Amino acid sequence: MTKLKQVFTNRKAFIPFIVADDPNFATTVKNVVALAENGADIMELGIPFSDPSADGPVIQDADLRAFAAGVTPTTVFDIVAAVRKQSQVPIVFLTYVNIPFKYGYAQFCRRCQELGVLGLVIPDLPYEERDELAPIATQYDVDLIPLITPTSDRRVEKIAKAATGFIYVVSALGITGERDEFAHNLTQLIARIRQYTDIPTAIGFGIHTPEQAAEMSQIADCAIIGSAIVDLVRQHGTDAPEYLAAYTKTIRAAMDAAATVQKAANY
Amino acid sequence: MLETQKKGRYGEFGGQYIPETLMTQLEIIDREYHRLKNDSSFRAELNDLLVNYANRPSLLYYAKNMTEDLGGAQIYLKREDLNHTGAHKINNVIGQALVAKHLGKTRLIAETGAGQHGVATATIAALFGMECEIFMGKEDTERQKLNVYRMELLGAKVHPVTTGSMVLKDAVNATMQEWASRIDDTFYILGSAVGPAPFPEMVHDFQSVISKEAKQQLQEKKHTLPDMVVACVGGGSNAIGSFADFIDDPSVQLVGVEAAGKGVDSNRTAATIERGSVGIFHGMKSLFLQDQNGQIDKVYSISAGLDYPGVGPEHAALAEEGRAQYVGITDDEAVAAFEYIAREEGIVAAIESCHAVAYVQKIAPTMRQDQIIICTLSGRGDKDVASIAKYKGVEIDD
Repeated sequence: MTKLKQVFTNRKAFIPFIVADDPNFATTVKNVVALAENGADIMELGIPFSDPSADGPVIQDADLRAFAAGVTPTTVFDIVAAVRKQSQVPIVFLTYVNIPFKYGYAQFCRRCQELGVLGLVIPDLPYEERDELAPIATQYDVDLIPLITPTSDRRVEKIAKAATGFIYVVSALGITGERDEFAHNLTQLIARIRQYTDIPTAIGFGIHTPEQAAEMSQIADCAIIGSAIVDLVRQHGTDAPEYLAAYTKTIRAAMDAAATVQKAANY
Repeated sequence: MLETQKKGRYGEFGGQYIPETLMTQLEIIDREYHRLKNDSSFRAELNDLLVNYANRPSLLYYAKNMTEDLGGAQIYLKREDLNHTGAHKINNVIGQALVAKHLGKTRLIAETGAGQHGVATATIAALFGMECEIFMGKEDTERQKLNVYRMELLGAKVHPVTTGSMVLKDAVNATMQEWASRIDDTFYILGSAVGPAPFPEMVHDFQSVISKEAKQQLQEKKHTLPDMVVACVGGGSNAIGSFADFIDDPSVQLVGVEAAGKGVDSNRTAATIERGSVGIFHGMKSLFLQDQNGQIDKVYSISAGLDYPGVGPEHAALAEEGRAQYVGITDDEAVAAFEYIAREEGIVAAIESCHAVAYVQKIAPTMRQDQIIICTLSGRGDKDVASIAKYKGVEIDD
């Protein structure tokens, strides 16, 4: 079992997402620590790319703020190193394939291993192309987190069988951003994944309220929240850590309450 | 372990680096395209539209005045500017729209740079009775106002793209995002020889009509192969179509002309093959203008159609193998060629195509008079008249 999969053994997991170096280095470090101390089980950190094709306007704008701060992949590794002085929260990166490709897959994964970055979510590296990175990632104990979407259809089997760490289940078509409606077949989609693997599933794309997080964590093993948190960073800038802490508490409470209700219902 | 045979690779280049949301659709297109490619009724349908709607074959025109003036190789112009809608783009649009129709799609979306691909897509959508939405960088909508109006006239909705540098690259991003959010009834007609497999292959196949005709036409006129084929390269659709049927003829030199903007060595250029490095973007592994961290560069050219930071994967492979050469032509040289070919031959050619013409002006005098160059005029230049006038300091009320 990889370290990342172990995270899911105790409770329904919560994964918040923020963009590294938005709005600056020090705030990002504080944001990660605040999220980790208030209920995040895994931290998903975005390494900005010039052309983030899977992301909506909220995350695109965060990328621009990070670029304005001068972010590079090296800055992001330095941010993780600074976090590690205060927190051992499991971290995964979200980025686009050209970033690790240009850094050098082996050097990138080695740096991840050194800093306890346990996984990579790469939206533009589908199953068909994962072989160029997967063996290298495995060598450095980094899980390549696959995405499964409501359109994956017959592809679910091969993706699920090859998965390590956890599976990122995309809750809606299109790009990241807050939504009030999700794909109707999420429960069936998770059931289908379950036929082929016991790797945990995390639902993301569009979740923004505590109620949605609770609902999704009942369907899957984990809820991922991105744009709603990134938007708090936009609103509060360098004061964001305290707001992120408060938000995470409400999400954690809603998820735990839903789990208690479900447990009672099972008796 | 058995290595799976990788689809759509040209050496190390190509591939399918695209979000999972689109992969099932891409598999369906790939399967359907490879079935249709060998289907005689599909080919008959395609050919009928090319001949009876798009006005093919296009002329292979002997440019006597240019040949005499330059005093070297004989120059033939492959006149894609004479196609319906005024550019080579229609060849590929007809093909892909037919694939879309066979897949039961009712809505076409496309990116456009100079507007020629958008106009071609809007045209075929009108013909087929399909919905059409075009994504165009805001800066390009201002450079190419006339084409924006043409698309609207044809019933398409034009979305100015305001993200990034607001040019062709950003239009591709926006169209990909639109496709990912509405797949069921929508087909993305990619205009250049770029993107995930099987798009570069489809564009190659549908544009190869350019070189198939040119080869046959020159055979009829001169009973020989050309010594050189010259075409401009942005993403590389007209160039791959111009090269396709000559790739296996080693005596034919293939030259792709990139937009060097203010100069290949300046930071305002779009000369991807000369200046770029290997990267992964827009669904493909290829050559890109990018920084050391893998961030895609802002590129520049006077020509909206060549203003692209990457190049099709087959061109990257042809460059690496040395089968084709790629050279840069600056804004100034292209504008001079725009004026030159207008005065010498009475042809107002697209500023994109004039990059190829400018290279012919340089190379023809160094060749023997019994040698032959085919230069593809990918489009007509009516769309460029106002902006070239402005470049020359002439104010026109457009």
